[in-house]
Amino acid sequence: METSTSRVLTQEMIAEIQEMYKHFPVKSAACIEALKLVQKHYRWVSDQAVQELAEVLEMSADEIDGVATFYNLIFRKPVGRHVIMICDSVSCWVMGYEKIADYLKKKLGIQFGETTPDGRFTLLPICCLGTCDRAPAMFIDEDLHRDLKVEQLDEILERYP
Amino acid sequence: MERPLTEHIPLDGSWLRLKDYERVGGYQGLREALKLTPKEVIDRVKDAGLRGRGGAGFATGLKWSLVPTVDQIPQPRYLIANGDEMEPGTFKDRLLLEGNPHQLIEGMIIASYAIQADYSYVFLRWGYQFAEKALQEAIHEAYQAGYLGKNILGSGFSHELSVHISAGRYICGEETALINALEGKRANPRTKPPFPVVSGFFGRPTVVNNIETLSNVPHILSKGVSWYKSLSKCEDGGTKLYGVSGKVKKPGLWELPLGTSFREILEEYAGGMLDGYQFRGALPGGGSTDFITAEHIDVAMDYNSVPKVGSRMGTGTVIVLDDKTCVVGMVLNLEHFFAQESCGWCTPCREGLPWTEKLLLAIEEGRGRMEDLKIFDDLTRYMAPGHTFCALAPGAMEPLQSALKHFREDFERHIHEHRCPWK
Ligand SMILES: Cc1cc2nc3c(=O)[nH]c(=O)nc-3n(C[C@H](O)[C@H](O)[C@H](O)COP(=O)(O)O)c2cc1C
Ligand code: SF4
Ligand code: FES
Repeated sequence: METSTSRVLTQEMIAEIQEMYKHFPVKSAACIEALKLVQKHYRWVSDQAVQELAEVLEMSADEIDGVATFYNLIFRKPVGRHVIMICDSVSCWVMGYEKIADYLKKKLGIQFGETTPDGRFTLLPICCLGTCDRAPAMFIDEDLHRDLKVEQLDEILERYP
Repeated sequence: MERPLTEHIPLDGSWLRLKDYERVGGYQGLREALKLTPKEVIDRVKDAGLRGRGGAGFATGLKWSLVPTVDQIPQPRYLIANGDEMEPGTFKDRLLLEGNPHQLIEGMIIASYAIQADYSYVFLRWGYQFAEKALQEAIHEAYQAGYLGKNILGSGFSHELSVHISAGRYICGEETALINALEGKRANPRTKPPFPVVSGFFGRPTVVNNIETLSNVPHILSKGVSWYKSLSKCEDGGTKLYGVSGKVKKPGLWELPLGTSFREILEEYAGGMLDGYQFRGALPGGGSTDFITAEHIDVAMDYNSVPKVGSRMGTGTVIVLDDKTCVVGMVLNLEHFFAQESCGWCTPCREGLPWTEKLLLAIEEGRGRMEDLKIFDDLTRYMAPGHTFCALAPGAMEPLQSALKHFREDFERHIHEHRCPWK
């Protein structure tokens, strides 16, 4: 957690947020974009960030949190260096994503929603990734891995130190 | 066979740049449209029989004609391309976005001219980074070439276009929830009426169309109504992207005449079932459509035919159920998704879907009772169309109620044997 004495939003970030809402009738229209911007810099959105965004966007902190917690790609808790998101929707289920998920849970020693003690990986289930003809599929950070087989997983994980 | 939407997509995984797009007739549809009045453009799209590819199959020209005229409600007016594509089992808009972004942009400009919108957005799901990059570069090219911006091709019509990337949640694909998301709010659906065509984005007239729908529009304008109608095998016009996933030999996506038979898609294009697996059924158009079974295999995949066998075209991307996969487990997976993705705005859905999921889990784990099957019938009634705020909940019940109709003995076996017979 950041301490409340140091500001989370830099002047550049505030300027960028102002640029975002310029085109809209209300400042709050930039809320999601502003949350994404914070996450781009810090990888998650802290309580302090929510407070500061509230001032910039002229919303209450609760309103911002209502938006932040609605969207599953906005992280309100810290995440590991790499985020694994494995598709648990229907085509991946039919093609056996559970075996992939079970292997990852065992290998990393964590359940869904948890981060490894060394802070290297966070493991999350995720909805359909729109690549169902190449199921099972998962994202690690920005990389999409498809046609997954258990035997490949060790090698794939090694690419993310 | 003609494949206007996909035939020019480069096979090396890159996208069709402006120069190459123009060489194969790109932006001719826009030139043609700008010679017509907005009303004439709408009439052409109506005559062509283009129906929305987002799932509901609403007639596109008709939707556009419901927008009040500029004399009634002046600009700003908006067009939104719905690229949320989060319906489980659906992967069709991805190809059009990644491979042919100019086709979408041209379609959006023509649609915007028809409804006199001065601004449009592509609402793109998260996780389609390649599509995002291609789109951004294509938009830049279109501005440079004068297809976007002020006084397009000297017509006096001006238009701005930009992209918004979603922060997640399936419900963002519902058009009024999408509009809330674009306004920076929680993506709860809105009360209708007023419909977005009258009062949408920031209270202004707004049309929301699917990516595939809009990608059809340039071809209707450039090659004409009768050509467009001739592409199809049914009364509606055009081609359709059909996909298949599950235990088939060649899962994939193909552009085929609208109304191609389910059998042809499954057997010829998807190569039939993997060796050792039998076909038991399928969701014909994504996770929120009803199962069809082997007896329906010859159905034509179009908007009027699929309902005759008790289901819907939906998104046209098929999810296959094989004989070694437990249908209770499959429906449980779907209801878990819908319960999780319920936006929580209205009670029948917020309470009913988690209840449905819990009962299914109990049955799958051998703790189910025969009475539970009756509760499903009640829940289906509570979440019927008109009882909930949006179509998520009724859609969620489609795979379950149809599974109970076609595969009831599977549920009963779980209950009587106190276990999953497939495990
Ligand atoms: C829960 C839910 C999710 C939806 N998701 C999408 C989607 O991802 N893409 C889409 O085009 N339409 C989606 N729709 C349908 C839209 O509300 C809307 O009908 C559609 O975008 C209109 O486009 P069309 O007329 O071109 O088909 C969804 C509807 C519901 C109820
Ligand atoms: S039906 Fe479900 S998703 Fe739709 S508004 Fe109601 S709670 Fe939200
Ligand atoms: S179901 Fe996993 S990518 Fe679509």
